[in-house]
Formats: sequence, C-alpha cells, structure tokens
Amino acid sequence: MSKQTSKWVAGISTSVLLAGVLAGCGTTSTSSGDTKGQAADSGSKKADEKVTISLLIDNTQDSVNIAKGIVAAFEKKYPNIHVEQETRPGGGEGDNIVKTRLATGDMTDVFFYNSGSLMQALNPEQNLLDLTSEPFQANVIDSFKPTVSSKGKIYAGPIGSTMAGGWFYNKKIYADLGLSVPKTWAELMANSEKIKAAGITPVIGSYKDDWTSQLVVLADYYNVQAANPKFADEYTANKVKYATDAGALKSFEKLEEIAKKGYMNKDFLATTYDAGLKMLAEGKGAQYPMLSFATPALGQNFPDKMKDIGFFAQPGESAATNGLTVWMPSGAYIYKATKHAEQAKKFVEFVASLDGIAAQSAASMPSGPYAIKGAKLPDNVAQAVKEMTPYFDGNKTAPALEFVSPIKGSSLPQITTEVGAGIKTGKQGAEVYDKDVEKQAKQLGLQGW
Amino acid sequence: MAKVFKRTYSYAFLIPAAIIYLLIFIFPTIMSFFFSLTRWNLTSWTFIGLDNFKMFFQEASLLIGFKNTLIYALVTCVLKVVLGLLLGVFLTSKIRAKGYLRSVIFFPTLLSTIAVGITFSMMMHPTQGLINTALAAIGIAGPDWLGDTRIALLSVALVDVWKGVGFATVIYIAGILSIPQEYYEALEMDGGGAFRKFWNIILPLSRPATNSVIILSFIGGLRSFDLVWAMTKGGPGFTTDLIASIIYKQYQGGYYGLATAGNVILFIVVTALALPLYSYLNRKEAEL
Repeated sequence: MSKQTSKWVAGISTSVLLAGVLAGCGTTSTSSGDTKGQAADSGSKKADEKVTISLLIDNTQDSVNIAKGIVAAFEKKYPNIHVEQETRPGGGEGDNIVKTRLATGDMTDVFFYNSGSLMQALNPEQNLLDLTSEPFQANVIDSFKPTVSSKGKIYAGPIGSTMAGGWFYNKKIYADLGLSVPKTWAELMANSEKIKAAGITPVIGSYKDDWTSQLVVLADYYNVQAANPKFADEYTANKVKYATDAGALKSFEKLEEIAKKGYMNKDFLATTYDAGLKMLAEGKGAQYPMLSFATPALGQNFPDKMKDIGFFAQPGESAATNGLTVWMPSGAYIYKATKHAEQAKKFVEFVASLDGIAAQSAASMPSGPYAIKGAKLPDNVAQAVKEMTPYFDGNKTAPALEFVSPIKGSSLPQITTEVGAGIKTGKQGAEVYDKDVEKQAKQLGLQGW
Repeated sequence: MAKVFKRTYSYAFLIPAAIIYLLIFIFPTIMSFFFSLTRWNLTSWTFIGLDNFKMFFQEASLLIGFKNTLIYALVTCVLKVVLGLLLGVFLTSKIRAKGYLRSVIFFPTLLSTIAVGITFSMMMHPTQGLINTALAAIGIAGPDWLGDTRIALLSVALVDVWKGVGFATVIYIAGILSIPQEYYEALEMDGGGAFRKFWNIILPLSRPATNSVIILSFIGGLRSFDLVWAMTKGGPGFTTDLIASIIYKQYQGGYYGLATAGNVILFIVVTALALPLYSYLNRKEAEL
C-alpha cells in the first residue's frame, strides 16, 4: 500500500515537474541548459521531487536585495529547490526572534545571522548543523572561520562582504579646505577644528538610532589591540577592563573629546541614521564614524554623490600603527532539526561559492572584500571601498572585538550615547560598560567572572 | 448531600474557567518566580539563587528606572485627575457641540500608542519638528524636547497625558452625571454660585470617579512601557528608562533569568504601591 502511494506521488510529481519545465521553456526550442540541468538532477536520487526550503533574513533593504539575488541565481542552478524567504527585524529585536524560534523548534531551514559574539549566544551545539567537513569550507578565508565556530566546529558559510568600522568623509569638503586624510587622532581633531571654523558640522551624530553612537568606541579596536596584542584573551578571561587598560580607555575618551569640543551637529540626539547619511552625502556634515555597510544605502539614495564619499580608519596615537578594524560577514547557518539538510547544504554551499558572490555583488554594492578565496570586487565598487583596500593589501586590519571575544555588553549603545552627549565622562562610561560586560559574562557562565 | 443540592450550580461548571485561569495565570506566575532564580536560555537553566536580584539592584540604571517610574506615574496621574475633572465639568455644562467636543477629547485614546509615540517624536524634533517650528514662528526658541536630559521624561509624560486624558474625562462625565439633581436644586435654593457648586457638590460627590482615575492611571503609569519605547527607547542614554524598559532591554540582551527577576520586582513594586493606595482610597470613599 505504502509503496503504491509513493509510486503515485513520484509519478504525479514527475509529471508536474515536466509540465513546469515545458512551461518554463516557453516557445523557444528546448534550451540546452535546461535539459542538462534536468538530466543531471534526475540522475541523483530523489532529486526529481521539488523541495521547498525556508530562509530567514533580516528586513533591511540591502539584506532583502542580496537574498533575492542569491535565491534567484540558486534556483536557476537547482530548479528543483525552491527557497522561500521570510524576514525578521534587525537589532536586539531580531536577536530575540532568532533565539526564541531556535528554542521553540520553529526555525527556518537556513538563516542568515551575525557571526562573532552574537552567534556564540545561539547555543550552537544544540541548534546548528555542523558544517565543518563540508567541501565548500576550503573556499572560505581562514580568518572568517573562528567567528562562526564553537568548540572546534564550524557552523556557517559567509554571506555578504566584510565591512570596516571607521570614518566616512566628504572628499569635496576635504578638498575645499585643503585637508588630508588623518593618520593620527591629533590630525583628525585638527581637521575637525578647521571644518568647524568653516561653518560645517565636523562630526555627524545620529544618536536617535542609538547603535550608531557605538562606532567611535568599536572602530577603535585596531588601536587597542595594537597597544596590547593579548587584549581580547585577557578581556574574555576578566584580566583587563576598559576602564583600567590605558589603550581601551582611550576609545571612550575619544568620544568624550568629540562631545566636549562640540563637533557634532546640534540635533544629534534627534538625528536618525538615514538623516546622517543624507548629511554626509549633501555635504552638511564632513565626517561620519560608521560601518562601511552604509555603502549600499548611500549608493542607492545618492548614486551621483558616491565619488565624493571616502573612508579612512579611525586613527590612533601614531601614524605608524594606523590600521582598520574589520567586521566579518554574517553567517549562513542551517537549523539542526531541518528536514531538508541536503538541500540546505547545497544552498549554503552556493552562497559561499564564486557564483554566489557574483550574484551578491550584482544585487548589492559590496561594503568591503569578500570572505571567499579568489572572489574579486567588481570594477564599479564604491570609492569608499576602494579607499579601504590598501589597509587589506598592507595587512593592516584587525577583526573587531566582538569577533575575537564572546562578550559584548548589551548596553553599549546607551552608554556611548551618554558619553557622546556629555552626560558621562569617558572614564565613567568605561566603568559602567565594564559592569555591563560583567553581567553578560556571568549570564553566559564564563570562567573567571 | 442536601447541601450540594442547595447550590444552584455544581462545581463542575467552574472547571473550564479554572483550567484556563490555572494555565494562563497561575502557572506562568509560579514559573516566573522559579525562573527568576535561574540563569536561563529558554532551553536549559541553572539554579543560581538570588544572584539575579542582586545583579538587578546593582544595575547602574536601575535606580534611575525606579525614580523615573515614580515621577512618570505621579505626573501622569495628577495631570489626568486635574485635567480630567476640569474637562469633565466643562463637558457636562450647558455648552454647544457637547457631543462633538466629547468625541474630540476621547479620540486620542483610540489611537495606537506606538503611532502616537512615533508621531510625537517627529513633531518634537528640535530643529525640524512641528512644535518647535511653530514656536519659532512666534519668536520662541523651543527646547530639545526629547534630547534634553532634564525634560525628556516630562515630554513623554505629557504625551501620555494627551493620549490618556480622554479616558479619565469619560469616567468623570459618568461620575458627574450620576450626581442626583436634588443637590443642585438645593444649592440654587440656598443661592450658591458656580464655584460652590463645583467645590461643595461635584468635587466630593464624584469621589468614586476620582478614585478610579487615580488607581487606573497610577498603575498604568507604573507599568508604562510602549510610549517610552516608541519615543525614546529609554534614551538619551538611560535618562527616560522606566523599570519596564530596563526589563525589556535585559530580554533583548538574552538575559532571560535576569529579566524575569526584573518582572518579579516590578510585580512587587506595583503591588506594594497600588494595594495600600487602593485600600486608602476605598476607606475614604466609605467614610463619605
């Protein structure tokens, strides 16, 4: 009986599929590509049945574009696998949704989510499919793997490009005022003073979206680790703190200095991220400490201004140790209890392939180099990203702290808002943040806290 | 046996309601007391005693949260009582377009809190907002309503009052209309004016309405969350954080045990403040 049923199902699905192929071919004579794909698939077992896998992504325009592009390319290559996309909010709310859906057993087959400390909080052993021995891992650059690994196992392939934390700047204003890209913090402050004197906002603040307030602190990590190469390990082991490590404390003091000198736009507490980008593109503000992932949004909204927007790393004490803090791409993860592991793996493999990269860069402007070996940036890459490549080529990059330590306090946006608004000094902010970090470390049950 | 038959309904009728009540109220309450004593990631938990509570009380922003919650509850409560009473008196007096005015006052209550919050936070933008542009037109430099740490909380409280006063007014209208006409007639006989009418009749006899408004708006203020979240997310920094928004942030951080402990604390705080207030007001009402 059951055998008969399965025969029936196979028969019906084959005919449905055939009909689909015929319809797809349309009026043109059988395109050889389609027939080939069809033949190859029916060769592998069970592949004639059309399978739908689900994919969860965050709802920013850029993520949606990338997912759409990559799914279209994937479905073309594997016509028997349909990928259904679902969106979720970003930020803390999105974290909540992902964690809750994993905990309640209601996760999609594949989902895109941050790498680094946020991924560590997902309870990987229990929730994610181990992808350590998948062949595609050979294409992935080595520095990405630890950020999606837990206890020696790798759980994802990279989706999207790397990003950098640093300062966007308006090249027109820089040229008009005869300024050059600063290599030390003192030079940056001197530039800002001149910009202010010219009646332009030197530093754009967009604290209405409070996550943007963290950038000066986070993008300073290259300088922190240049001063103390063991910072991340000691920090995770509760041996150094932001308030007591001289280099780390500077990250907060830099923000305090910007606040004290009044370099930000007057209404920075009511300005949103989108409004901040607009100020930068229109030249109302000269410099914007931000992640380079703003590149596609800038490109979409201000395509004719892109050549005026450059990017530099947040400078430290000396020009000799000037380098870039880098954010790793997100990961494409597979839910451990998925019913379509085979198809999901094919999808992640495609995402991490050169074809996948081509689809991604066609759908959205990359915000930095890709984490796949041999992947090249397209020629029309944004000026800001072009200015990032010397740091990569000269090996002057370091991953942000959240990719080398599992701890990142959740109140940092509020704390940096207070420092940036002059409510707290840099030192006070660092002390409060140390407490916040302690709370997370305790909740994670880390050793030594 | 005979006793059972005296009852109109058997206990069996209670079972459906009791099951729902147990499942939806009692069980989660007990569970939350339990999970507040654990480190919990939704799938597994470790018992850590009172550590969560200790940590919650050490939270730098918690003291601000307590203070803010009290200020917020008091300000919104007092303003709703005063404005609600005045509007109630006004809307029960002999005026034109009474029905229209009543619905105008009540209208904000029907709006989604989030929509109100987003709209007002745009209107309160310091340079491009409607409010400050209007003030600038008559030569007043408006403050940064939500950015200035000294007034941000009050700005949010004012919006809460704008949204909630209609409800208070409706309660007052009902209270005032239920005052028997005889009192007014007696007052007219004795030759009392409008002020006496308000002070000696309306104010004392609408006491039950006052009590309802106080209790409802005070508890509402204590556990308020949505408006603050839509307007400031507790910012700038921590300046407009209420206990509820602090708890929400702990959930967002993934500290589920800690956040549950916060909810237990909020529960205790609301009970500790609202219960005595309630019984005090009730006693007063009985003395009438």
